[in-house]
Amino acid sequence: MSTVPRGPADRPMSPHLQIWRWHITMATSILHRASIFALYLGLLLLAGWLVALAAGPDASATYEAVVGSPLGLLVLFGITVMVFFNLAYNVRQAFWDLGHGFQIKTAEATAWAAIAFGIAAAIAFWAGLVMLGAL
Amino acid sequence: MADQRFRTPRSVAAGLGSAHHGVHHFLVERVSALALVPLVIWGGFAAAGLIGAGHAAAVEWIAHPINSVLLGALLICGLIHAKNAMQVVIEDYIHRFVTKAALLLLNLTVCILAGALGVFAILKAALTGGF
Repeated sequence: MSTVPRGPADRPMSPHLQIWRWHITMATSILHRASIFALYLGLLLLAGWLVALAAGPDASATYEAVVGSPLGLLVLFGITVMVFFNLAYNVRQAFWDLGHGFQIKTAEATAWAAIAFGIAAAIAFWAGLVMLGAL
Repeated sequence: MADQRFRTPRSVAAGLGSAHHGVHHFLVERVSALALVPLVIWGGFAAAGLIGAGHAAAVEWIAHPINSVLLGALLICGLIHAKNAMQVVIEDYIHRFVTKAALLLLNLTVCILAGALGVFAILKAALTGGF
């Protein structure tokens, strides 16, 4: 009769974060987890915008004032970075699923590329907003 | 059995047979991610046109069937993707059964509620003019 473990295994574990040397592939892995929380928040903000829109002009104006405040815009910019980073990271994972990109040099290069893409694409998007006169 | 605690979950599960839905979660994440690529790009362009446009313009925009349907698809696909992603985070880091079950249910509740509210709001704004 076998038992299926329901909790942390009572056997040697891999090293904990505190004694592991930081490197870029683990940083992007953690950042990917963080991006999930950012995207979650972004979707709740989207649903909130829709509810405010349906509730009428007053609620809509209040929502715009909160999200359009400097802090709100900073949060939105952070979410934009995380959306683009998440996109790049998922492309990277798709190649992993096919068995490619596991060489250390390749994995490190694609990790940096995902971060660079996230930041560059977000800056390009917001620069586009400013140039269109939306902000 | 003294060596039981040194066995990996893989070796314990070996021979018990497949549960036959091991890849479901993986496939849902991949398919929703693919659907989200064009939807998010469309949403970005839509947002650029709507920022600062005001309530009346936004309601007029949302009343267009293409916009209301795509916006609904973006919200639903996004919530399915995010619900599954958050579920993995909870399953990975929360080991106490009661806490884990409560957080998984909370995750599901938040996503379904956000989806129901969002879709209702799209319909209300599109069909009544948002008043």
